[in-house]
Amino acid sequence: GMAAELLLLLLVAAGPGPGWAGAGRERRDALREELLLSPLPTGDVAATFQFRTRWDADLQRGAVSHYRLFPKALGRLVAALGVRELHLALTQGFWRTRYWGQPPLQAPAGAELWVWFQPTVTDVDKSWKELSNILSGIFCASLNFIDSTNTVIPTASFKPLGLANGTDHNLLRYAVLPREVVCTENLTPWKKLLPCGSKAGLAVLLKAERLFHSSYHSQAVHIRPICRDASCLAVSWELRQTLTVVFDFFSSGQGKKDWSLFKMFSRTLTDTCPLASQSKVYVDISPKNKEKELLEVSPTPTSVHEAIVQGEKKTYAVYDLLSPSLFNTSRSLNVQLKWTRPQDSSEMPIPTLHAQRYVGGYGLQTGEICTLIYNTHPYRAFPVILLETVPWYLRLYVHTLTIITKGKENKPSYIHYQPAQDRRRPHLLEMLIQLPANSVTKITIQFERALLKWTEYPPDPNHGFYVGSSVLSALVPSVTAMKDMDVEQSPLFASLFPSSDGSSYFVRLYTEPLLVNLPTPDFSMPYNVICLTCTVVAVCYGSFYNLLTRTFHVEEPSRGGLAKRLANVIRKFRGVPPL
Amino acid sequence: FQDQAEQFFRSGHTNNWAVLVCTSRFWFNYRHVANTLSVYRSVKRLGIPDSHIVLMLADDMACNPRNPKPATVFSHKNMELNVYGDDVEVDYRSYEVTVENFLRVLTGRIPPSTPRSKRLLSDDRSNILIYMTGHGGNGFLKFQDSEEITNVELADAFEQMWQKRRYNELLFIIDTCQGASMYERFYSPNIMALASSQIGEDSLSHQPDLGIGVHLMDRYTFYVLEFLEEIHPASQTNMNDLFQVCPKSLCVSTPGHRTDLFQRAPQHVLITDFFGSVRKVEITKETLPLDRDVAGLESRFPEEELATEPLKYAEQLPVAQIIHQKPKQKDWHPPGGFILGLWALIIMVFFKTYGIKHMKHVF
Repeated sequence: GMAAELLLLLLVAAGPGPGWAGAGRERRDALREELLLSPLPTGDVAATFQFRTRWDADLQRGAVSHYRLFPKALGRLVAALGVRELHLALTQGFWRTRYWGQPPLQAPAGAELWVWFQPTVTDVDKSWKELSNILSGIFCASLNFIDSTNTVIPTASFKPLGLANGTDHNLLRYAVLPREVVCTENLTPWKKLLPCGSKAGLAVLLKAERLFHSSYHSQAVHIRPICRDASCLAVSWELRQTLTVVFDFFSSGQGKKDWSLFKMFSRTLTDTCPLASQSKVYVDISPKNKEKELLEVSPTPTSVHEAIVQGEKKTYAVYDLLSPSLFNTSRSLNVQLKWTRPQDSSEMPIPTLHAQRYVGGYGLQTGEICTLIYNTHPYRAFPVILLETVPWYLRLYVHTLTIITKGKENKPSYIHYQPAQDRRRPHLLEMLIQLPANSVTKITIQFERALLKWTEYPPDPNHGFYVGSSVLSALVPSVTAMKDMDVEQSPLFASLFPSSDGSSYFVRLYTEPLLVNLPTPDFSMPYNVICLTCTVVAVCYGSFYNLLTRTFHVEEPSRGGLAKRLANVIRKFRGVPPL
Repeated sequence: FQDQAEQFFRSGHTNNWAVLVCTSRFWFNYRHVANTLSVYRSVKRLGIPDSHIVLMLADDMACNPRNPKPATVFSHKNMELNVYGDDVEVDYRSYEVTVENFLRVLTGRIPPSTPRSKRLLSDDRSNILIYMTGHGGNGFLKFQDSEEITNVELADAFEQMWQKRRYNELLFIIDTCQGASMYERFYSPNIMALASSQIGEDSLSHQPDLGIGVHLMDRYTFYVLEFLEEIHPASQTNMNDLFQVCPKSLCVSTPGHRTDLFQRAPQHVLITDFFGSVRKVEITKETLPLDRDVAGLESRFPEEELATEPLKYAEQLPVAQIIHQKPKQKDWHPPGGFILGLWALIIMVFFKTYGIKHMKHVF
């Protein structure tokens, strides 16, 4: 009795064991916000905003009813529809990899949505349809047009970016709407998901008039489960909202390469969001060639941070908005970038992997899709997965698929082709191609254009029909080996893709979307045909009917009016014949 | 005291909705989008929230590649007033604006997965403002250059709304050529209608902007916007003033209106009954004690079970695994009717040609 009581006391005093997460402890959520300014080789400047809300709660289990920083609209979506990962991107413009370098995170033109569902979801297609409808209401985008004619199930690309204990590709859905327009009505609800809205912190810079007057504007929402701590025994949910915008050297920069926050956004930073635990501005001051100090930033940064990002060693000037010394001298922070020495324009660095896609051929019957993939690394070869989704009305002929590298045929190590079904499913072509060092790979496939039914044409059919961008996923060899880093300490732009091996880094590129013309009928023809036919019928039938039913009678000649009779009387007197 | 009670029951509506539709596509129809957005702006300013506005724009002018000032839509030349603003929510955009979707919004027959922001959730105490603009003719309104809605269809849709008690009072404003033809077939009670021109007349546009290159607004809506800019939530301006808004000298066409179906007299109908969201507020001095412990709620989370071994991230490009991936086994389907019929025909022909005696060799 006594011994048992003592044992019980000891157990209680020892506290909850490792099997318990501590019922009664608060679920903490934290917000980190970050802005990365990177000048591009052509004189333009890219600004990437990232807002990351991390919540130490398991959204899948248990009734969560109190939402603080994590937006309720998205939290309930994840719980109700069994979503494991969600990535939605709305983009206007195209990232020119050849001239601007590898993007930190690229998205194709239009709207792109890819989702991994939990294994407990029984009908994935039904959840996918509901999800796209709900998201179309939240983001004011026409995502309700996502249906089976533009959804595909990739088999090798788009592995989950969050925690996963199995990758059954039946739980993955991917869709692209290349015709989707992105404007202020998509930015407004995106800003409303931020804890501080657009009233404090870095989000005050997000004004639509400046953001849409740019070469590239991409806003995205990423939800995924991540490790709660280094031991990775519990799951936290992470919501990342990213916005990348590239300001053009000629239109926004007025022809000058010097940039500042005021020149880009017509606003400066005045205070921080009180709900953010970290709020920083990074400026990429890495030396492009051997000389240092090519780019000068003012005011003086709080610190300088060195990191290996995308396989290269880069230096960043950091402005920590939460440090009290920053707003001591002036009430607002206007980061300015100035070039101390004029750049030599002939030394533009070429990225290791870039691609291009175009439509070949002539006429409205056949055509050819050509993709060119460049590997500019001098001695390393690496594999790349190419995912192409082509709508059903461009009928691909797979026997015409040719892959040529350096004049010889290059056979892919893995190929998955799913042909289209008219009006039901698009074409899906996935290939794993090995790119030899310093080479250009040309992939061509011919297609035939289909004739649609006249009710299936959109209201502006002569604009053309879009083919979504193809996706290239590759492990590019790094120049400098990357070390394993702590996710919480490193900046947000370096921790999006989980890295397993330091010798190469993962990159996902998109090619240009294509615009093809389909043979279009003349829509005024039904009206013309009805008018013409009715006229012909009326004339023929009417004449025939008249001939058959008209009766003829003899008509008495009229004797004439009073004037004629009087004239005849006078003529009789004169002896002249009457009228 | 009697007077106060009478005023309380004057209009009988408890909530306001607005359905604003622009039906034209293409850049040269910029003015129709500007028309709709200026009414949207006025209606929001006078109090109707985004959740009670269904805004349908058939094309995107603000971020159109031809717009020299992206993310803006101007209504006055010299770019004085940006009606697009920074806080706009468009519910139906681009290809979604069709006659079918418009009629479904009005009658409430919407697929179950439609989000709330795209629905007209009005009840029998709602005052609804419906504003339509675009290209029209005698008895029809053109949607997106490919289909039309006729005045008979519109009148029937309003009758369906009346029978389902989806509105208390309805104000219908239309700014198109020959707009009066659209309201001549209405037959449901409590509808008041305004149009920018009579049958046989064209509605004209206001002024072009040489910087943008298109006409910015239509005359009727331009003067209606000027009139509405002076209204604030406490105004007592009534409908008779709205009927006088654009005389023939300014508008060139003759605006028309129809009030015979409406039960109250126009001079008793306030502008804010339809354009604003003026709520009747009842002030009470009673208090209600809140005794639930809010702080205790947060800590009552279900206990989490930690994993026994650490979870890991998936490899992004597992080359070896992909190369050895077996292709998915196609499900076996029994042969279809055509194949069975073909084989039956072949066997029949064989046995007919060569005689039945071969059968025993087969079986």
